[in-house]
Amino acid sequence: MAVKNKKLNLKDKYQYLTRDMAWEPTYQKKEDIYPDESFEGIKIVDWSQWEDPFRLTMDAYWKYQAEKEKKLYAIFDAFAQNNGHQNITDARYVNALKLFLTGVSPLEHAAFQGYSKVGRQFSGAGARVACQMQAIDELRHSQTQQHAMSHYNKHFNGLHDAAHMHDRVWFLSVPKSFFDDARTAGPFEFLTAISFSFEYVLTNLLFVPFMSGAAYNNDMATVTFGFSAQSDEARHMTLGLEVIKFILEQHEDNVPIVQRWIDKWFWRGFRLLSLVSMMMDYMLPKKVMSWAEAWEVYYEQNGGALFKDLERYGIRPPKYEDVANEAKHHLSHQLWTTFYQYSQATNFHTWIPTEEEMDWMSEKYPDTFDKYYRPRYEFLAKEHAEGRRYYNNTLPQLCQVCQVPTLFTEKGDATKLSHRQIEHEGERYHFCSEACCDIFKDEPEKYVQAWLPVHQIYQGNCEGGDVETVVQNYYHINIGEDNFEYVGSPDHKRWQFIKGMAPQQKGDDQAEKTVQKPNAA
Amino acid sequence: MSEQLVFIVFQDNDNARYLADAIMADNPHAEMQHQPAMIRIQADKRLVINRETMEEELGRDWDVQEMLIDVISIGGNVDEDDDHFILEWN
Amino acid sequence: MLKRAGPVTHKNNKVMIMSVNALYDYKFEPRDKVENFNGMQLVYVQWAGHLMFCAPFALLVKPDMSFRALIDDVLKPAVAAHPQSVKADFLEAQWELNGESFTPNADASLVDNGIDHKSMLVVTTPGLDGMFNTGY
Repeated sequence: MAVKNKKLNLKDKYQYLTRDMAWEPTYQKKEDIYPDESFEGIKIVDWSQWEDPFRLTMDAYWKYQAEKEKKLYAIFDAFAQNNGHQNITDARYVNALKLFLTGVSPLEHAAFQGYSKVGRQFSGAGARVACQMQAIDELRHSQTQQHAMSHYNKHFNGLHDAAHMHDRVWFLSVPKSFFDDARTAGPFEFLTAISFSFEYVLTNLLFVPFMSGAAYNNDMATVTFGFSAQSDEARHMTLGLEVIKFILEQHEDNVPIVQRWIDKWFWRGFRLLSLVSMMMDYMLPKKVMSWAEAWEVYYEQNGGALFKDLERYGIRPPKYEDVANEAKHHLSHQLWTTFYQYSQATNFHTWIPTEEEMDWMSEKYPDTFDKYYRPRYEFLAKEHAEGRRYYNNTLPQLCQVCQVPTLFTEKGDATKLSHRQIEHEGERYHFCSEACCDIFKDEPEKYVQAWLPVHQIYQGNCEGGDVETVVQNYYHINIGEDNFEYVGSPDHKRWQFIKGMAPQQKGDDQAEKTVQKPNAA
Repeated sequence: MSEQLVFIVFQDNDNARYLADAIMADNPHAEMQHQPAMIRIQADKRLVINRETMEEELGRDWDVQEMLIDVISIGGNVDEDDDHFILEWN
Repeated sequence: MLKRAGPVTHKNNKVMIMSVNALYDYKFEPRDKVENFNGMQLVYVQWAGHLMFCAPFALLVKPDMSFRALIDDVLKPAVAAHPQSVKADFLEAQWELNGESFTPNADASLVDNGIDHKSMLVVTTPGLDGMFNTGY
């Protein structure tokens, strides 16, 4: 015990290595040094109240991060050296990674930029240090994800040009515009959007059950980067909660501003995660938990506890959470049937779920799957079998705010599309929901500029007037390789070759047993 | 739903098994769930990890911040010092 | 420091349209004004109760195109994959234009029908309400 007393205790060390290394400016005004701190209307009375509950200092940060990296890269090496891609349950699974690499990994990089920027904008040293560490974490996530997937890129299609696709492909404007919206906001809104609403309230849905699913489908590399990233995320989440509490405790005028941001960013995040709903229900050949179950645990239960805790500040649960809660029974199915009909313009494949998978969905979605969605798949399977694999050849209307096609149905009526429209300064705008329409009405100047991929194609800004040219030349999606139906695709053929021709090795037998025959339906 | 659950999720690995054992020893009201590659522990209102219990489990000195390596997610307000890591709702 | 870029519009004592908080006068041209479409315009069409088409169609059309041509040359090919499309008589169907019920003049142009840029048309075909009793 005597040894321990020689060390600074955690609280003192944190105090010395963050606050006490900052200084009060003497010959410049604070407002000039931190010019972005006040325009959002957030009032900070005393920055010294900022608490980092982990009390992490740079020296400890490097020590633990280095240890995480060593573990992570040892596994990447082992995965690549042992041809780990051959042991996944089924190559259909890789399509989830294609969506991840083009849709999620670039967001990690955007988060790196975002935290680097706002970390400069706070006059409180504690907040600056926390943002700096998070910026480095986010860069690490972007890099480790690309490293992990570079192995898959050697063996499967659709992973070759993720950053380019993120900037251009129609459905990737959903994640891209989400983060652009956050990064172009002020520093406090950015933290409310990303640290609190996204990281604390919603990212568990992606990084916990989906990554557990990656493990269950024998993708050692992905589960490892996922959980390694998420170990940083546990810190980020804590920061997210502290940020909110700090802002709310500083001044009562902050409460309505923060409430509006929570309403906005809960909904923006929910719409973004609709992509994750189909990754979980449709793109994991072996299922861990359904989207509805994950939503119940990670939003309804955990979010419920969180918002109960925040009640004392006068914060209520996000507006329209009732719509999101009800949508859990429909979301993944509506998303998958959308991507199914527009697979000619995606860098990943789609397919009809197998009979076994549909039975699982009936069990997980007892009130909706057999009634609404199973008949659709049976119809589509029959069409396909008769040589009419269904593609929708007409471009869809997109929501002006979330940029998802206006495909969602009304709460309580899954036969009726949810659509809202308004006129603003002589122009018409269309939305997928009341919630997205509200977001527009709060800040119309921001969303009138939206770069909507469908409209951009029609304006002639995407290197061609027809979908084929746009997909090939502008998106860099290789036609006949990356896109269309999974069954009969080059990936599918390659997978059959791998499973049929690979020499017998330890692990292969097991993989053989668990693999589901594609398109058994 | 009257319960207000805090939770912590660890990678299912050798380090974390000691953590899980220490938590279950010190938090009799906690519930442990195993899912592929992960261990999730939840409890009403409060969960604590004590350094002393961990050192006993491991038979060596243990720094509370070592848990950062194996944790995947948490829910609840965090309070950490040299002797413990606490998750709680007020 | 706090700057509201545009006027705040009040309607029924409720703030209807708010404005961006910004460090400068934040004003941008809408990106999808009709003049950006090279003489064409957009129109959206939804065939109600036919969710096989996951969202309303976004169509690029000539403003002087007749309503009949919109149906025959654009809408019909777009919905051809649906088994009920062969039975659908869109000219005799019920139409809504931007949320109001609407009787199209088949031989007049879109503009003369009041269908301006980014207008939303919803068509309901009585007796044809999709498959499986779920509006598919």
